[in-house]
Amino acid sequence: MKSSKTLYVGMGLLGALVLAAVFAPLITSYDPNEQDLVNTLLGPNSRHWLGTDPLGRDVFTRLIYGARVDLAIGLLAVILPYIIGVSLGLLTGWLGGRTDSVVMRIVDTVIAFPFYVLAIALVFIFGPGIKSIIVAITLVGWVAYCRIVRANVLVAKEQDYVHAARLTGLPASRILRRHLLPNVISQSIVFAMSDIVLSILAIVSLGYLGLGVPVPTAEWGSMIQEGQSYIMDQWWLATIPGLMVVYVGFSLSLIGDGLVARLER
Amino acid sequence: MLPVLFGISVAVFLIVHSIPGDPADVLLGQNATPEKIKIINRQLGIDRPLIVQYLNFVWDIFRGSLGTSFYNKESVTSLILGRLPETGMLLTGGVILSILIALPLSIIAASKRGALRDQLVRAIPIIGLGMPQVWVGVMLILLLGLKYPLFPVGGFGNTFPERLRSIFLPALTIAILLAPILIRSLRASMLEILDSDYVLTARAKGISTARITRVHVLRNAMIASVTVLGINIAYLVGSMVVVERVFAIPGTGSLMIDAISRRDYPIVQGVTLYFAVVVVIVNLITDLILAALDPRVVLK
Repeated sequence: MKSSKTLYVGMGLLGALVLAAVFAPLITSYDPNEQDLVNTLLGPNSRHWLGTDPLGRDVFTRLIYGARVDLAIGLLAVILPYIIGVSLGLLTGWLGGRTDSVVMRIVDTVIAFPFYVLAIALVFIFGPGIKSIIVAITLVGWVAYCRIVRANVLVAKEQDYVHAARLTGLPASRILRRHLLPNVISQSIVFAMSDIVLSILAIVSLGYLGLGVPVPTAEWGSMIQEGQSYIMDQWWLATIPGLMVVYVGFSLSLIGDGLVARLER
Repeated sequence: MLPVLFGISVAVFLIVHSIPGDPADVLLGQNATPEKIKIINRQLGIDRPLIVQYLNFVWDIFRGSLGTSFYNKESVTSLILGRLPETGMLLTGGVILSILIALPLSIIAASKRGALRDQLVRAIPIIGLGMPQVWVGVMLILLLGLKYPLFPVGGFGNTFPERLRSIFLPALTIAILLAPILIRSLRASMLEILDSDYVLTARAKGISTARITRVHVLRNAMIASVTVLGINIAYLVGSMVVVERVFAIPGTGSLMIDAISRRDYPIVQGVTLYFAVVVVIVNLITDLILAALDPRVVLK
């Protein structure tokens, strides 16, 4: 009972933000990139709920439009590594032997690369932008799923139901898809929730460094960076975009906890 | 460890070689003519087969040379070594502070499972894991640098005490990121330790809670923290790059980001390699510490 409550609260919190992002034009009448150089750095007021930034853009509007960018890329960037990692983990765990040791050495190598260093190097190659972020997160992110699923397959493949499936002469592809996959996937789904947070954190950090989504697109990381110079007088400019990330992280972690409890039942 | 180092060298080599455009173009700028590009390519050895270039690259690494910067012709090795104090102090400071935050909180939480204090500590990871590094840094600057100006907001002083002071906020930023990860596993492992038979035996012998905590729980908890730190070391080292930027610390991470804006290939290549090797070495150190703390661990 309590676990499903956690799950629903998390989904509710995240859902509210997703709805706001999708229906952004209905919530605010401003354009996120529309400059108003007469009304810059205004405090919160009735026309601009969270004030305006140094270029006179409405902060509240940029925050909601930023949610579109950060949430969408955060989610998108997890899908590819998930598919690659789960499939590879399934295969290497099942095949074992040489395939397994080669893949695990690659995994060890990728783990040795500090993520941000690799991400920055890749942005260097492909140039700043959404494509580089997704490539960087994919190159690093599959490793975690691969390890999780592989570990579970190693245990599951020795269980009676798998032996039974083998004895009845089912082809390996069918055993993997229909018997093993459903039994080993739950942990990876839970991890995916915290992985989305990690990828949003990456987008925000790269955005802050000026290596992420190109300006002037509203994005939380670049908003923090732009706000840092005005931190003394307009502290909310840098503070609120960060709180948005904490909000997303909080709701995803509730969803993750709820899923754990539900899947373990 | 050797296969990993081999893998790292191949990966770094491939990354640098997939950079579009000719390094000669960058070196020559507007003076580039096909003839000049050819000459430069010969000088840099870029016209040779890929495998030869790779072997040269590895040979250079063994000789301790990571090439020279395109920008000011300085040796990349000495550039990296010159920034070692900043990076080293930040890493050590961050790790020490994170243990200082996480350990007491986990002890407090685990001392009474389910109590209010336990619930509060359990909430830390839920909120803490979603905080962007850059944002934590900016918030600390706002609070402890500007509002209550206790610490410098950037740079890296000249004397050791100055450096300790200027490294505090960035190290705290790293600690705040790392502590939630530590707390999550420390609390769990402490609950396990407190439930264990040897703690029960110790209690039965009438040993005080304080002594049990010190002798049995703390040592085992340290083992758990070192393990968790080892797992997260790559993430930690990577975060340093970002945190250095927030506090304008002229460390290795800043070196890399500056090199990127100047398209200075040898530095990007050198620093990437350097960071990966740092992770491998720190992993090795973690294993050694584990073996020292835990008599059950045998090094092969």
